[in-house]
Amino acid sequence: MADIAETSQTVPLAARKAAATRRRRRIKPGDVVDHTILILGALLMLVPVWMVFASAGHDAVLIHREGLQFWFGDQLGENFRAALLEKGGFTDSVNGVTMLTNSLILGLGFAVGKILVGMTAAYAIVYFRLKFGTLAFWMIFTTLLLPLEVRILPSYEVVQNMGLANTYTGLIVPLVASATATFFFRQFFRSVPEELIEAARIDGAGPWKFFVDILIPLSRTMIAAMFIIMFVYGWNQYLWPTLITTDESLFTLVRGIRQIVQAYADGSTTPEYGQAAALAIIAMVPPVLIVVFFQRWFVKGLTESDK
Amino acid sequence: MKRTTFRNPWLPILLLSPQLAIIAVFFYWPAGYALQTSFYLQDPFGFGSTFVGAENYTRLTSSANYQDALTFTIVFTLLVTFFSLAIALLLAVKADKVLRGARTYRTLLMWVYAIAPPVAGLMGVMLFDQSRGNLTQLFQALGWDYTLGVNYWDTAVAMIVVSVWKQIPVNFIFFLSGLQAIPRSVHEAAMIDNRSGMSRFWDVTFPLLAPTGFFLLIINITYALFDTFGIIDTLVKGEPGNNPMTLVYRVFVDGFRGGDLGGSSAQSVVLMVLVLILTIVQFRFLERRIHYT
Repeated sequence: MADIAETSQTVPLAARKAAATRRRRRIKPGDVVDHTILILGALLMLVPVWMVFASAGHDAVLIHREGLQFWFGDQLGENFRAALLEKGGFTDSVNGVTMLTNSLILGLGFAVGKILVGMTAAYAIVYFRLKFGTLAFWMIFTTLLLPLEVRILPSYEVVQNMGLANTYTGLIVPLVASATATFFFRQFFRSVPEELIEAARIDGAGPWKFFVDILIPLSRTMIAAMFIIMFVYGWNQYLWPTLITTDESLFTLVRGIRQIVQAYADGSTTPEYGQAAALAIIAMVPPVLIVVFFQRWFVKGLTESDK
Repeated sequence: MKRTTFRNPWLPILLLSPQLAIIAVFFYWPAGYALQTSFYLQDPFGFGSTFVGAENYTRLTSSANYQDALTFTIVFTLLVTFFSLAIALLLAVKADKVLRGARTYRTLLMWVYAIAPPVAGLMGVMLFDQSRGNLTQLFQALGWDYTLGVNYWDTAVAMIVVSVWKQIPVNFIFFLSGLQAIPRSVHEAAMIDNRSGMSRFWDVTFPLLAPTGFFLLIINITYALFDTFGIIDTLVKGEPGNNPMTLVYRVFVDGFRGGDLGGSSAQSVVLMVLVLILTIVQFRFLERRIHYT
């Protein structure tokens, strides 16, 4: 403090700067409240997941007696190994790795399918003059109205009758049948400057060349954003996989959660709580990592989609 | 549509056909099928069905179970929407304000977005478990004899808490991006006119956030109606019994457990109409927003 006061007498400008810094650095009571609220919020989000993670390090008996734990025990490696590699934990014939693979297939298949179908349809709607264009537009966007949950039983009947139950096609394709990605890309294409297509036409580029060489490279960020959102959405699907996959070899991790819950409801034996916690963690790690690492794209994609 | 467009007779049809084929088979066909079966009564042994007109619908209006699910859905939707929006708004306002650690807070408050609803539900099962749940023990220490899955409203509390928890990140992301879109100059002008932070928030920031808020309101209602399925199914452990049920969960229970195809389809149609109304409101609003922002 003393030397700051000294310099302020000799060099007024520096002193003013120092004083300004000091004023900014001083902790105001309002700041303390703000940070306290934010820390409490962060803890609210973090603690439940942390407890599940820590509990994955304990054996079933301890959790059965005391509930979820706040710190790891010595079973962490064992529980994760069992959850990933052992059959007959909560399912009879598949292990965690198989379910992980199925989740990846569903997430990737769904995201890629959605983007391919959505981009091409949006391109046709925005860049072509069509006789039945308005009709196609409304037919496509009506699908935004009704989530799969609403028409679940008839969808199940239809897919079942087509013999697509317990196939990857039956698992993925019906989920693709809504126009979220199409709507998203339509909004983006509309914001692409008009001059681009004019220039492309003057240079003699056809519609296909324009799409592949100009529009797709321009949409790279949008595609990435959409991919992240759709991958997470596909990975987290629950109701449809529950209905359409009764064959365990097609179970996804999120579908496997239902088996854990049923083991809880069963009550005749003590469920492997530690392994259940490990499986829950495995089910959330990939989408969480993607969202955290590609946060910027993800937030952009999510918030742009409402415009 | 662009002013300058390509003229090509077959390419757009080719481009549209995958989308149209998928929605025709997996959307319009099932939706039409639901509409049709909602007017039929299915024979319980699978020997065909008889046309019963609007009976499946009138059955709904007189069914005490359905009325109960309807009431619960309304209460559930209101509470989930209110709490998740309020908590997220508070956190977003604070995260927008602080200088230090803003990025860390943002990450910590949004990552739960990626957790699947049934996984959140499983965490709820573990924390609210009747005998060993940590929260149950806490409640019991406070003198509340909490029993998940037995007491109707105790189960409802768990459903609401988990659903709110899962929805906070989405609301937080949208509110924060809405707040960041408000120009600094507006804040500075308000700062000169009014020194009180509270009234500055309600008079300046809050009205400017209204479009985001309205959009989120619709999103949250849709979430509470449909996306909470996984949370509800895991919390009742797939055995609804006399636990609270939302309308969507009832469609599933009546259709797949009860084998009441007609009744379930009629419920689907009622939900379709409900969503239709919601979406019309949203679209009208969105169109306005495109023009004025």
